[in-house]
Amino acid sequence: MEIATTQYKHCDMVKPNGRVDSSTAPQLAKALDEITDAGRFKIILDLEQVDFMSSAGLRVLISTQKTCKRYNRGEVALAAVPKRIHDALDLAGFIPLFKFFDNALDAVGAM
Amino acid sequence: MPNPIHLSRPKRTPPKSMDEGEKSQSEIFTAQFENLDHVREFVGQAARSSGLNDAAVYAVQLAVDEAFSNIIEHAYNGECEEKIECTCQIMASGLVITLRDCGKPFDPTAIPDPDLDVELENRDIGGLGLYFIRNLMDEVSFSFALEADSGKQCNVLRMIKRG
Repeated sequence: MEIATTQYKHCDMVKPNGRVDSSTAPQLAKALDEITDAGRFKIILDLEQVDFMSSAGLRVLISTQKTCKRYNRGEVALAAVPKRIHDALDLAGFIPLFKFFDNALDAVGAM
Repeated sequence: MPNPIHLSRPKRTPPKSMDEGEKSQSEIFTAQFENLDHVREFVGQAARSSGLNDAAVYAVQLAVDEAFSNIIEHAYNGECEEKIECTCQIMASGLVITLRDCGKPFDPTAIPDPDLDVELENRDIGGLGLYFIRNLMDEVSFSFALEADSGKQCNVLRMIKRG
């Protein structure tokens, strides 16, 4: 799975491409860990190019959110979330735990 | 304000191509996460053949992904060369998917539903897979079967999705 990462002045953007499942979730976790390990905790996860996400992916999301929100130092925001993935997030009770943006640009502007 | 008109639901008839007990396909996969793509494709085509709409096809693929992943992680304690058999059967009553493994016996009653009302800090990371399976499919049942040749006890997960 390809993951594009972009560093902005106030935040980092991570854009995975394809399917996030038990096979590929570790790659996503690694990309996010690299950012938080570097002391950066404002992250936009652009899901526009993700066509499938299982609970393995959701676990990475929640784990990273916990890290970023600790000590009020930042957060993970989700951008361009496809409907099916939004439905899965809803099923998992994750909607209240994240900020949502229609597209990555809006998210960058708000961080 | 007039009362809303309640139309009775039209009687559901199965697609003409389905016959009871027909169209059963089985495939055996090794317990590796890289096979998730193949398993999803396998059940996806059965789901489409059975007449399920896009949302239902995705639900089937997601439920099977979760189940397959759980088998690798919990029945087999991680990726290995052991086998997982997936069977898709298109019945008049719906799409029946069965996953069978001969790993550690699985007791679904030992897994509680995740607590969805807890705030972020206390959210538990595990337990979502089974919860998804139960909510995405119309019927889910777990049972055991004895494998004839080896005498091994195998887990059988049966899931049904209706259109």
